[in-house]
Amino acid sequence: MKLSKAQYDEIAQFLGHVQPTRQSLRKLKEKFPSQSQSTLLSIFSQEYQKQIKRTHAKHHTAEAIETYYQRYLNGVMKNAAAPVLLELANEVDFAPSLMARIVLERFLQEKEQAIPSKTLINSMLRDPSQIPDGVLANQVYQCTVNDCCYGPLVDCIKHAIGHEHEVLLQEMLLEKNLSFIAEDQLRAKGYDKTPDFILEVPVAVEGHIIHWIESKASFGDESSHQAYLQDQFWSYWNRFGPGLVIYWYGFIEELDCHRERGILLKDCFPTDIVTLRHSMAQH
Amino acid sequence: MAAVLELLLQEEVAVSAVMRWLRHGPGHRPAEVTCGGLALVSLSLLQKDFVPFLLNFLREQTSQILTNGPSTPAKTPNSKAHGSQRTGSERRRRSSQKASLGIFLTATPEALPARRGRRKGSSSISASGRQVARDLGRSLAEEEDGKNDSVSWSGGRRKRSEVPLVSARSPPSQLNLNNLEEFPPMGAASGWTNKPSRRINPTPVSAERPLSKPKMCFTSTPVSQPPAARFSCGSSLEAFTAVQEGNLTSVISNSLQEEREMLKKERCKLLHQASSPAGISLDPGTPTKPSYTRSASLPAESHLVTCANPAKVSCKKQLECLAELYSSCIAENLVPNIFLELFFVLQLLTSKGTSTAEDGDSDLEASGRQHFRNVHNCVYFAVQVLDYQYEIISRLEKGTLKLLAENERIASFSPTLHERLRQAYESSTAKVSLLLPCSVQSVSFQPETDNRSNFPSDRAFHIFKKQRDIFYELLREWEDNHEKTGWDFERVLGNKIRSMMAHLSATCNHSHFARLFQKQLIQMCKGPIGGGASWGDTPDQDVLNMLGSDNLSRLKRLQERFIVPQSIRGPCPPPSFPGCQQFFRDFILSAGSYQFNQHLMDSLCLKILELNGLTLVEHEHSDGEADMDEQDEKKRFTVVLLSLRLLAKFLGFLVFLPYRTVEQPTRDLQDSAIVLRNQTLPVLDVLKLLRQSIRDQRSILTIPWIVEYLSLVDHIAPFLDYYRKVFCLLLLMVLSEDKEISFLNKLLILAVLGWLFQVESLVSFPSFSHQDSVPLVDQQLLYTCCPYLGELRKLLASFVAGSGAKNGGFIRKITPTAAESLAPKASVTQRKLQVELEQAFFHNQPPSLRRTVEFVAERVGSNCVKYIKATLVAELVQRAEVMLQDKVKEEDANQDKLLEEVCAHLYEEGAQALIKGREFCKKKGPEAVRVLLPEETSAAVLSSAEDIAVELATEKACGWLSANIAALIKREVKATFNRMLKVPGLPLPGEDALELRRDCPPGCQHCAPFPSQIINEIKVQTVSCLACPNSLCIFHGGAYFLHYGDKIQLFLCVFQFMCPTSEQQLAKCSVELASLLGKSVVINCLSLKSRLRVKKNPTYGLLKLLLSVWKEDFGTPVPVRLIFSKKNMGYLADVKQREWDLFLFMLRGLVEHGLMRTGEIESCLKSLQELPWPSDFLKELEMLSRVFVSEHRVEETRTSPCEMTRRSLGTVTAQS
Repeated sequence: MKLSKAQYDEIAQFLGHVQPTRQSLRKLKEKFPSQSQSTLLSIFSQEYQKQIKRTHAKHHTAEAIETYYQRYLNGVMKNAAAPVLLELANEVDFAPSLMARIVLERFLQEKEQAIPSKTLINSMLRDPSQIPDGVLANQVYQCTVNDCCYGPLVDCIKHAIGHEHEVLLQEMLLEKNLSFIAEDQLRAKGYDKTPDFILEVPVAVEGHIIHWIESKASFGDESSHQAYLQDQFWSYWNRFGPGLVIYWYGFIEELDCHRERGILLKDCFPTDIVTLRHSMAQH
Repeated sequence: MAAVLELLLQEEVAVSAVMRWLRHGPGHRPAEVTCGGLALVSLSLLQKDFVPFLLNFLREQTSQILTNGPSTPAKTPNSKAHGSQRTGSERRRRSSQKASLGIFLTATPEALPARRGRRKGSSSISASGRQVARDLGRSLAEEEDGKNDSVSWSGGRRKRSEVPLVSARSPPSQLNLNNLEEFPPMGAASGWTNKPSRRINPTPVSAERPLSKPKMCFTSTPVSQPPAARFSCGSSLEAFTAVQEGNLTSVISNSLQEEREMLKKERCKLLHQASSPAGISLDPGTPTKPSYTRSASLPAESHLVTCANPAKVSCKKQLECLAELYSSCIAENLVPNIFLELFFVLQLLTSKGTSTAEDGDSDLEASGRQHFRNVHNCVYFAVQVLDYQYEIISRLEKGTLKLLAENERIASFSPTLHERLRQAYESSTAKVSLLLPCSVQSVSFQPETDNRSNFPSDRAFHIFKKQRDIFYELLREWEDNHEKTGWDFERVLGNKIRSMMAHLSATCNHSHFARLFQKQLIQMCKGPIGGGASWGDTPDQDVLNMLGSDNLSRLKRLQERFIVPQSIRGPCPPPSFPGCQQFFRDFILSAGSYQFNQHLMDSLCLKILELNGLTLVEHEHSDGEADMDEQDEKKRFTVVLLSLRLLAKFLGFLVFLPYRTVEQPTRDLQDSAIVLRNQTLPVLDVLKLLRQSIRDQRSILTIPWIVEYLSLVDHIAPFLDYYRKVFCLLLLMVLSEDKEISFLNKLLILAVLGWLFQVESLVSFPSFSHQDSVPLVDQQLLYTCCPYLGELRKLLASFVAGSGAKNGGFIRKITPTAAESLAPKASVTQRKLQVELEQAFFHNQPPSLRRTVEFVAERVGSNCVKYIKATLVAELVQRAEVMLQDKVKEEDANQDKLLEEVCAHLYEEGAQALIKGREFCKKKGPEAVRVLLPEETSAAVLSSAEDIAVELATEKACGWLSANIAALIKREVKATFNRMLKVPGLPLPGEDALELRRDCPPGCQHCAPFPSQIINEIKVQTVSCLACPNSLCIFHGGAYFLHYGDKIQLFLCVFQFMCPTSEQQLAKCSVELASLLGKSVVINCLSLKSRLRVKKNPTYGLLKLLLSVWKEDFGTPVPVRLIFSKKNMGYLADVKQREWDLFLFMLRGLVEHGLMRTGEIESCLKSLQELPWPSDFLKELEMLSRVFVSEHRVEETRTSPCEMTRRSLGTVTAQS
């Protein structure tokens, strides 16, 4: 679903004033009934992430970390079963998973007398049973399952959604009889940057030649699109020529401004596809 | 000189006699000399000066007509004041500027250095060409003209001689000189007796003309000027005037630029004509519109134009004579640049005359001395010359022909020529389009050259990945902004480029980048006008789609009319970097990187050699498809030629860049530089390539790019021994009289060379007059240096051109494959015989057979290697993977050693490649040959062709394989190994069960939710479960589980949507939920029973289901160990009435389903007991452990023999 910049701004503005909770999401849906749920959810998540990014540094000062850790210790001392960390995170407007990470890091630092490795932390967040302290394990677990934008569970869900859309796209390509090379094949050949699909025989979509298709199971807002252009889309263009990006959850219309140059945006699988017809047979 | 002309004009000598005299030199005395022939013989030493003299004479004679016009009535012809003013200004200019070489030829032969230097010391024998022309003109006119003031001339000359043009290396000239002294010419006393040699240049000069003065050009219509362009060409007139006078550089740069662009276009057109006329013709039959026709005739303000009238022509005889002589010189390639001359002639044709001029001229006409004093005479002369040059003119592109055919003057002066032109126009298909679509594409990533294995380190690879992206970022930035005012390449991009260079140097990635750079250069700039306008100028795709392909050509033409420049630029533009080329040039300059330049030169050389060596095949005229082939070949030739010229230009730019100077160096600097630089070898041996091309009759491909390369020489290079040879050889090409060369090919060569010799840096090259050069490189020298040139004439006799006659063009030899032959080593003589037989076989077959066989051999050979990679090597790699997997688990030891060991096993097997390769070629080769050869090919021929193809293919493939198979295996194994090490979590390919089970059960409706939805659901459920830690939650847990259980079955049907991470997550969640099940022993829920249809205890049913799902359905290992985690056991511990039976049931199930081994469970239980639990729980746990262990023991004794065997085997393996 394509949104105009104005429509998008309205939604983003609304989200600026609400807490990142399920209730807020419900409200959002009520306020913008004409937009699709998945689009709203995606924007909701992106806006929340932007907010977290903005305040990230604030929560990572040495002072803040110390304060959070002490509050955690005090909290569980009073009642180990209470969701201390989760409530703390909500109170200071920070993502619960990230709060869990801060406290866990601090905890391990104290215990091991060394800065724990990222891998170890990640592994513990994924599986709190590895955390040597049972109480903290429980607290961390509560945080990760309650976080709607961060944490291993959410990451996994996002990953799964991305993958599912790739599979859907693949099915559509197969159905249209467009032969392609998938990302894993490309990687095996040693390509340094790989879109989801490279078409073995290029086609024209809405009159534009495309060589590759990238599937994005998210909403294309300005910041994410710019980042994708920089890291991925232009790189694909630089290697494979023009291509198509499908933002399954929609995008801001105005961002589709590189068509002439060779980056095409769509919010669904295109219907206007022109293929090369029997060029070999004619010759 | 003047004497010769005088003889001619007085009809004492025939033109043919003069031409013979010119052609054959002093010793030649033709039998049929006319009465004047004797006079010519005595004048024989002046031949080499004659053509420049003639050209000057014509320029001078016509100068009034070409520079005067109705808009500048103040400048009356022959005004003394005007004349002196002119010469004064001329002197000023001369002192600071130098003229281009070509100009010397046309305009100031006396300035040719070889003679000049010597003349000083040898009592100034001749005031050559130009002065004599003046003298002649004067004597003919019987009029003392103020502008002939000798003081000013000599002043001009002195200044001029300061320019170091002198060369002492011209022995033939020396010889002539001596001869001249011995045999002073007769009848030319006033011309060359003791008068000081003077710089004569009386023509009006443009430089000091105030710009405010109106000056409408009405004289020049360049050869192919579009009609619209004919209205404003004031500046180009100035340019042309200057050209006439040998003062190219004196012209303000604007007009110069325009003029030069003009030739660019000209050459471009010729190029197309020469290489692919019909290929580019868009729509030969388009009817022209009336407006177009009208504009093709003389301009609208024709009231200003004297109506040229054949009846008013005076001294016809002399004009005819001159026209014939002039035309003969053109035909004999004696003029330096035929297109400059054509340009001049067309200027005359379209010259304007004022009524005043006409009136003033009438007296002179009557006197019959000034042959070009009025428009009528000029036009008459021009039409005469055009008639002589019909052959060339009729090959001009269609638009020009149209203009000529519609020219009123031609129509009235020569109805026959008019008619011929009209016919030529109608039959012409040589429509030229300057706007080939400029396809803007990136250079595609090619794994063979670009993937990790082509880089020394990961870092180099990753840095280059970034460099590639940065490069395109810069390109996009340039594209977007370079046309904006105030945008400066160096200021905006300079630092970015240099930091990029620094990164490249740090990782030694220059060669990769140079290749990318070069490919992108070709990609963007190979079009005829240098990549043309910016990318944005390509037609909007939507518009094109709307119009459809039929209308595409129409749109293109329309577009051309808008884009074609509106001003005349003249036939001699300097080398330039138009369009996108500018980006690449500026990039090189800003980068200022020695390493980059060196790598780029390497890359360019390689590509040039590759393209220059390409086959441009001849075709058979016998069959009907020849036309098709011809078209293809012309297209191909065009592409190759354009690419070559582009690459050569950049190579020339780079090669001569370090030596470039703004100013001509002083004589001393020059001498020392020559000594130094004569030591160095050229980066690309263009001399060798040029010679080869002449020998192989492919100079039509080679000369044009060599010309581009040479056009960028610095001031010194032309004086180096090496480049002198190159230039002399090129001159020889110009003079070659070989009529077998396709006309247009010759024309192309002449055009590019004509252009080259007008290039500024070649200004002072000593011997660029044709007359000079012939004796310079005499036959003896030439044949001593290049003995194979003897073959040259023979070959040239059968030379043909791109137009595709027989025997011609580009003969391709079968390229022997580099690899060692794998055929059983036959004796050398036998093999030689085989080769000869093979050649003989092809000799009498149509060339297409050879092409086919070579093609098949090449492709099959190449495919064979790919086939081996995909089959044998892939198999070996898979085996290596298995071996590595085992070993990597055992020992974390030396990975390199491990790799080496494994590969060593495989190398032997690799030898299979040759056998398999041979089989492949044997199978595929004949198939391909059979498909590609005509049906009627005889069985014997077919079978021989097949055999040769197979042989060549096998040789190619097996040669490569035998040399590279080991390295290939190692590389592939290593890559796989690295992948294994990098992705430890993911299942290795091969044991990736997931891949095998993506299909749904038959009849599946695909109604299941996506894995992401299930995980999300689990997450939500867990949240609510955790939120209320009471019995209700327990129930929830159960329901949740049930729910979950349903979904497990559902999602199994959509396994195709499953990715490893979601599957792992699901597996983990299901284990956690199984643990919650332990907590839910108090379930009191009938609904569960009914839904599960489990009679006794629904929980057992659920567990059973789970166990089987874990075993059967999951592709990833299920982390069942998590059941024993503290957190999950905590669920059990929390409940009062612990369902140990259920737990035990689960443990048994785990063993039964092979999910965990008893030993593993035992150890898990043991470590559980070490945790701080409530005492009662600990007690119960210990009891449970005991029960489980005892059960297990029983089982073990039952299965002991087998178990024992397995264990001992394991030990043995480990020990080995």
